[in-house]
Amino acid sequence: MDFNITDDRRMLSESLRRYLSDQYNAETRNSVAYVAPYHSPKHWQEMAELGVLSALVKEEDGGFGGTGFDINVVFEELGRALCPEPFLGSLLALQLLASFNTSKDANKEIAAIVSGEQLAAVAIYEPHAPDSLSDIATQATQAGEQWTLTGEKTAVYGGPSATLILVVAQTADGLGLFIAEPSAQVAKANIDGGGTSSMSFNNTAATCIATSAQAEIEKALDTGRLALCAEAVGTADVLLEMTIEYLKQRQQFGVVIASFQALQHRLVDMAAEVVQARSITVLAAAKLDEEDASRHVALAKNLIGRMATLVAEESTQLHGGIGMTWEYSGSHYSKRLIMLDHQLGDRFNQVNRLLKMAS
Amino acid sequence: MDLSFTTEEQAFRDEVRSFLDTSLTPELAAKGAANLELTKTDMEQWHALLNAKGWLAVTWPVEHGGTGWTAVQRHIFEEECAIANAPRIVPFGLNMLGPVLIKFGSEAQQAEILPRILNGDDWWCQGYSEPGAGSDLASLKTRAVRDGDEYVINGQKTWTTLGQHADKIFCLVRTLAEGKPQRGISFVLVDLATPGIEMRPIKLLEGGHEVNEVFFTDVRVPAGNLVGEENQGWTIAKYLLTHERTNIAGVGFATRDMGKLKELTKQIKRNGQYLSEDTLFMAQVVELEADLEAMRITNLRMLQSANDGAAPGPEASMLKIKGTVIRQKINALYRSALGPHAAAMPQDAIAHDGLPAEAINAAATYFNNRKLSIFGGSNEIQRNIIANDILKG
Ligand SMILES: Cc1cc2nc3c(=O)[nH]c(=O)nc-3n(C[C@H](O)[C@H](O)[C@H](O)COP(=O)(O)OP(=O)(O)OC[C@H]3O[C@@H](n4cnc5c(N)ncnc54)[C@H](O)[C@@H]3O)c2cc1C
Repeated sequence: MDFNITDDRRMLSESLRRYLSDQYNAETRNSVAYVAPYHSPKHWQEMAELGVLSALVKEEDGGFGGTGFDINVVFEELGRALCPEPFLGSLLALQLLASFNTSKDANKEIAAIVSGEQLAAVAIYEPHAPDSLSDIATQATQAGEQWTLTGEKTAVYGGPSATLILVVAQTADGLGLFIAEPSAQVAKANIDGGGTSSMSFNNTAATCIATSAQAEIEKALDTGRLALCAEAVGTADVLLEMTIEYLKQRQQFGVVIASFQALQHRLVDMAAEVVQARSITVLAAAKLDEEDASRHVALAKNLIGRMATLVAEESTQLHGGIGMTWEYSGSHYSKRLIMLDHQLGDRFNQVNRLLKMAS
Repeated sequence: MDLSFTTEEQAFRDEVRSFLDTSLTPELAAKGAANLELTKTDMEQWHALLNAKGWLAVTWPVEHGGTGWTAVQRHIFEEECAIANAPRIVPFGLNMLGPVLIKFGSEAQQAEILPRILNGDDWWCQGYSEPGAGSDLASLKTRAVRDGDEYVINGQKTWTTLGQHADKIFCLVRTLAEGKPQRGISFVLVDLATPGIEMRPIKLLEGGHEVNEVFFTDVRVPAGNLVGEENQGWTIAKYLLTHERTNIAGVGFATRDMGKLKELTKQIKRNGQYLSEDTLFMAQVVELEADLEAMRITNLRMLQSANDGAAPGPEASMLKIKGTVIRQKINALYRSALGPHAAAMPQDAIAHDGLPAEAINAAATYFNNRKLSIFGGSNEIQRNIIANDILKG
């Protein structure tokens, strides 16, 4: 058994950590995360040049990574720095394009995303299908050679900056995958930073990638969920560290508040959850390309949802008033941890999925 | 045992309801329903409506222009107001300073200040906490030094809620540096227009501006602004704490928010069914309802013993903990119910999907209400109080 990461991944993780701490500090982060386009195109380009995007793609599809462990390494660092760059949307798009990488076109598209020339997002969920594929109502219609899409999409991560939008829609063969430009788009900052779009398609012309893509979409979503787990581990790790440091330094009643056993035990409970979260994320990463990937990812995402909520809420509480301020960067870590559970199915949604898999 | 309200209390509830029906403007109720930030004018308007009815100072005796209500009446009033989405009464002048002046103030102070609070002439804010003195309030350092018939104040207050709207601030200041810290604290009234005061906003994590820092540099206030005796401030603060604890459980707010949560589960679809049909989610809602119902009765049991003249003890601390945690959990489930839409709710999605207006603020409300377990004596400090009580002698 070996829990060490390979030298290549260690180098990637170290260079990404160095880059983010040098170039993307809390101040920079907060100045871009909450105003359009909700990230920094300059940094996005630099990170593409660092190879961050190609680390998310398998060699046979033109990248140099793409396994569960590569995804872990990248997203944990993004989480540690609270980086609002739209990697999640790109990861989903890269996965989907790679799944249908039979044509030169898909290859070209992957290369364009990896180089930073195109920024991709995937429109999956809808107002009444917020976390499952079973109720997708957006309809794809074919007339001769031409496909058109009609429907509403929400929670499109990275949508505000996307130049290439993949859309999931119903076809006669099931759930299909298309490329289209929305006829209307509303972009908004997330409360935890970064941008999301709602989109409408109104008889909008579309290019068909596949008419039956359910399995591939599920697979891409599992990859995205793993990424969120890794991001949460990084974010929680840093927030836990900040909380410990603060408690060791803050004095009340003539002593540091870390000396109160009531608070010590709560720190310990947080720390134990972070350890557990890291373990289940490693397990999910190891299983990502195996048959029971979905089950392990669902277990991980459920545990992560619980861990992230606990760490965020306890950190805020143990800090007292200071933890509730915008100026203190810990508050942004707390917000991210809470809202992370809302993405790609929350912890209840994972339980539902697990119960369905079991029956 | 009889858990029902008396005929008089029920009649009182009807009277409150009909007042709210006719007097609470739809604009204010709509803002309350959507958890929107109220403007200063909104709050002043609500105070004026209550004042006209004689219902503004719910904790004051009749002779000072208050309602003279019993604890049970106050509870009924607060519950009905919350359910009707009425604004909260801004507590600083009415529920904090007022009772302090009535108990400790001079006749001149009472005659001058109380009517101005009722009429909305002065907006007061609370200057207790300092950067270094939060839970350990007695360690506060802001100094007030007597100089002739003035005090000269130097120091800093923080977390001053709605200070941006305020004309005046009541402060705890240090008037004696030696001895037990609690013995050297005084309660002083300060006009915020006095030279040497600077107020700076603090932005909270969800983006709102409701608290401030206040800096005092050689601020001269008349010695007559002292309330009670010099170095009696701690006694006053402790007295006020018991007043701050009326409505501490926030049963009315919790009841209102629970109603909204249950409504929402009938409007949100997951996996092809409404959330209200999702056992997994609803189990959490139902358990919270059990907690809330129990808290309602705990609260009434306490109110009844207060009515019978008992001093509030550690039960108040229990209610603070339970009440704040239940509200925070309701907020968390409401946020959860919205799934990915809680993070960034586009305005048009609200109208489009027929969601209630407050859905747009679900995450912000959740984050903002993390304060409930921190301020007014953090839940850890409340636990210390209870532990001291149940383990004593
Ligand atoms: C939104 C908001 C509005 C506020 N409005 C006002 C206002 O209008 N006026 C005003 O004067 N103040 C106000 N406050 C201040 C509030 O009263 C303080 O935040 C509170 O007393 C806690 O102090 P602190 O923030 O310094 O935290 P600290 O006292 O530093 O506490 C940090 C952590 O340590 C814990 N802790 C401290 N001592 C102990 C102990 N002995 N045992 C176990 N745990 C302990 C606390 O519970 C907390 O978890 C407000 C605060 C907030 C957040």
